[in-house]
Amino acid sequence: MDIKEIIQPENMVYHKPDLLNDVPMHYCPGCSHGVVHKLVSEIVAEMGMNEKTVGVSPVGCAVFAYKYIDIDWEEAAHGRAPAVATAIKRLWPDRLVFTYQGDGDLACIGTAESIHALNRGENITIIFINNAIYGMTGGQMAPTTLMGMKTATCPYGRDAKLHGYPLKITELAANLEGTCYVTRQSVHTVGAINKTKKALRKAFENSMQGKGSSLVEIVSTCNSGWKMSPEKANKWMEENMFPYYQLGDLKDTTNQ
Amino acid sequence: MAKMKGATVVNIERCKGCNLCVVACPLHVLALTTKNVNQKGYNYAQTVLEDTCTGCTSCAVVCPDGCITVYRKKEE
Repeated sequence: MDIKEIIQPENMVYHKPDLLNDVPMHYCPGCSHGVVHKLVSEIVAEMGMNEKTVGVSPVGCAVFAYKYIDIDWEEAAHGRAPAVATAIKRLWPDRLVFTYQGDGDLACIGTAESIHALNRGENITIIFINNAIYGMTGGQMAPTTLMGMKTATCPYGRDAKLHGYPLKITELAANLEGTCYVTRQSVHTVGAINKTKKALRKAFENSMQGKGSSLVEIVSTCNSGWKMSPEKANKWMEENMFPYYQLGDLKDTTNQ
Repeated sequence: MAKMKGATVVNIERCKGCNLCVVACPLHVLALTTKNVNQKGYNYAQTVLEDTCTGCTSCAVVCPDGCITVYRKKEE
């Protein structure tokens, strides 16, 4: 069969999501953010919420998310995305509201806002990209940085005596009454991406059905911050991140 | 069972040469260019084993920039 016969519109099985704009993303090659952006775009379109979705982008690498996904966006001050999302959802209950935050934004600077929004059971979804580092500012230590991991601000490796222990904020959130769905996923393989898509869809549906807050943590790579190739970063994540940040659902009360 | 034939089209200018699609392809259909670069200066992904592709979409799913479009047709 000739290749031209195959490349016909009716045979198309996968293409860039329509909601993802043509503008090139500023993320480094191989960054996990791109995959999550694609998933969000796909799910919003599948739910038919193109005109009714409001995302709240944080300060961090995803600060320009509003350029890439063609939905409504609101930019929040550093870490304050859940507080802004709370207001949007309360004023506009028919909107699908989610925040998109990194580990520096959610687990460090915005810990108070995040914990309290989740504890209040606001009907929002929090997408938490955990790459164990402050990516945008040049790879400084984050609360989620693993023990012994070298970053720009802990060049000899994270030491418990000096820097404390890595923060498992997702486990914390699972203990809060207000959360209905807390899960930890990743996007390094096709299988993992499919699972993450299901998790995100479930979280978005929960928020529309008024079941409470959902937190979807996505264990990600920051290959330039970790100073590795994208492939190597994926491998490093599997070997070092997954034993500490174990994948799977931590809490799911939606079926009860 | 009818065999599936696939084809991938890479948006060369959008590609950043991260190599994740090359790793994800179970049949080694894709590879990065060794000499040619796009306008941004990246070695981009290209189809090297055209006939082998089954259109499984693995490469396109893992592509962080959504550069790959996949087509699939049943072989008659």
